[in-house]
Amino acid sequence: MSNVETKDRSDVEDVLRIEDISMSFGPVKALRSVDLHLRRGEILGLVGDNGAGKSTLVKILTGFYKPDHGRIFIEGKEVRLRSVQDAREQGIETVFQDLALVDELSVYHNLFLNREHTGGGWFRFLKNKSMRAAARQYLDDIAVDVPSIDVPVAKLSGGQRQAIAVARATQQKGIKILLLDEPLAAMGAKETSLIIKLVKSLCKQTDISVIVIDHNYTHLFEICDRVNVIQQGRVTLDKNLSEITLEALIELMVQSYRREISMSEPAPGVHSDVSIETNIDITVATRTYKDAQ
Amino acid sequence: MRRDQGAGLALDSGHDSPAPNGQATLELDRRMTPSALRRGMDLHLQEIVITVVACGLVLFFTIDSPYFFTSANAAALASFIAPIAFFALAEVPILILGEIDLSVGEVYVLSPFLVEYLNSAGIPIWLGIVLALLISGAIGWINGLITVKLHIPSFITTLGMTFALEGIILIGSNGAPANPVGTGALVLWLGGGVWAEAYWAIAFVILLHFMLRRTSFGLHTVAVGGNSESARESGIKVDFVKIWCFVLCAFIGGLIGILDGYHIGSIDPDTPGLTFMFYGVAAAVIGGTALTGGRGTMIGASIGSIVLGILEDGFHVISVSSFAYDLILGIAILVAMILNVQIERATIRGAGHGSFARALDSIFGRRRKVPVRQ
Repeated sequence: MSNVETKDRSDVEDVLRIEDISMSFGPVKALRSVDLHLRRGEILGLVGDNGAGKSTLVKILTGFYKPDHGRIFIEGKEVRLRSVQDAREQGIETVFQDLALVDELSVYHNLFLNREHTGGGWFRFLKNKSMRAAARQYLDDIAVDVPSIDVPVAKLSGGQRQAIAVARATQQKGIKILLLDEPLAAMGAKETSLIIKLVKSLCKQTDISVIVIDHNYTHLFEICDRVNVIQQGRVTLDKNLSEITLEALIELMVQSYRREISMSEPAPGVHSDVSIETNIDITVATRTYKDAQ
Repeated sequence: MRRDQGAGLALDSGHDSPAPNGQATLELDRRMTPSALRRGMDLHLQEIVITVVACGLVLFFTIDSPYFFTSANAAALASFIAPIAFFALAEVPILILGEIDLSVGEVYVLSPFLVEYLNSAGIPIWLGIVLALLISGAIGWINGLITVKLHIPSFITTLGMTFALEGIILIGSNGAPANPVGTGALVLWLGGGVWAEAYWAIAFVILLHFMLRRTSFGLHTVAVGGNSESARESGIKVDFVKIWCFVLCAFIGGLIGILDGYHIGSIDPDTPGLTFMFYGVAAAVIGGTALTGGRGTMIGASIGSIVLGILEDGFHVISVSSFAYDLILGIAILVAMILNVQIERATIRGAGHGSFARALDSIFGRRRKVPVRQ
């Protein structure tokens, strides 16, 4: 695994610390007392099945949801993230799965959307020249190449669009933490490696810390310094990449997956009502088993 | 690359694809870089097409009738075009948002009556005009508020407003026409002069074009219309943008009502506001505004209204029944809408290079495969 460089950052201070966060949607407990920390300049991977609570966690950090319980610290200071604006002011930028790009607008207008360079006071006239120059400069700095910054983003490839979305997040002043929600979904191998390189070089150049959610563990192993596994609303594993191998991680995930599958499969000929009952029993059993661990 | 022996899992899938130069650059396909001219043509294809149509119509009517290309007819032409242009300008931001304002036509009928009522209540004419415009804006504000905050489709909100306003006008005027109040320079400037309306229209085209293309508000309008979820995630105040577009639309409706009242010299409660409003929408659509939102320009809408004005005036000049005008208008709207969709598919969603050629292909029916973006 020659490509994987993992740095031990245990001596670096935490830029983000989450303590005892819980959140429920009605009867569904999405997060149960999650503790998580992120060091400066670190890339942390979040792994877990669909519905394990990753997205809820990201949405709490983005300011979309307010947790029922728990505390969030940024650079040691406790913060409350009541809105997306709040989260931004604390230096948390998010690249959503849908990228939040407007297809009809040009690359540079997308880069500066809602942070336009304007003059003329109340009228807020656009300074297109200044935005175009700044966009060109920034994209060159982080080595993102697009055919032209004047074309509508609809004409860009998936990888280029993703790069523009990442660039938009990272060019914000005061950014400390970048959240990437499945940045590599639906992307070809070539584009994937370019995005991975972009994120890694951004982290090296600046002091940005990154949280990445991805289902592809191979990608995560290329990109991350550390992984956390979330299962049923809990962080069940927190390891530096130097401490765990890809196979071990996959084995861990596959095992728990297999266990759930094999136990929830109804026996042949069993009526469906009964199988629901069994399902519940099994879920309870699994939880007890995990609690015991 | 070293391979981990014994690891049966797909370890190397991610490692096999580093960029050849080892830099984090996104590969650039040079063929995708269109020249500035080509890009301009791509972006303004529909405006170019509709300008050609306008020139063709002028040529046709000039050849057909010696009266068309005269200064006397120019004034008539201007008074056909100006109101349509105003309605089109009012609707463009709303249409870009993917909404529609049906009630602007009734605001147009209402505003000169408001000036008259306020005047008979002892308020000076200039103040009455200002108040009438403010009330018009307030009607737009109510439209926007109901649409945005109560999540009622704007078609329904403004349909209700249309009938409500019509009722108010009929009750207030008792169904009787009236003469607009005022005399002198004020009236001349506010539409009484032969070219006054045209000057106002030109001023508003420039002003609103600037607003849409060169201000933060205009950019946000296009962003909300293009993808309101993305706009929201970018922190744009989507509701604010929508409400103010409705206010602007109704305000312009009120203004053109007052101008047209003075221009015609009488105000009629039975004026078909809905029809006038739809002329404006037709002009906007012919000029390249997409009813689905995200696309549209003030210049395009103005050229669209010039085309409609030329058609209406030209048919009068060459003494063709105005019934034919409606037929042509109907066909023009359909053709424009089909063009719109085809151009949108070919240029905006296309892969990038040669999109102009592809657009022409799609217009003239030669089928070429348009790659679909994943």
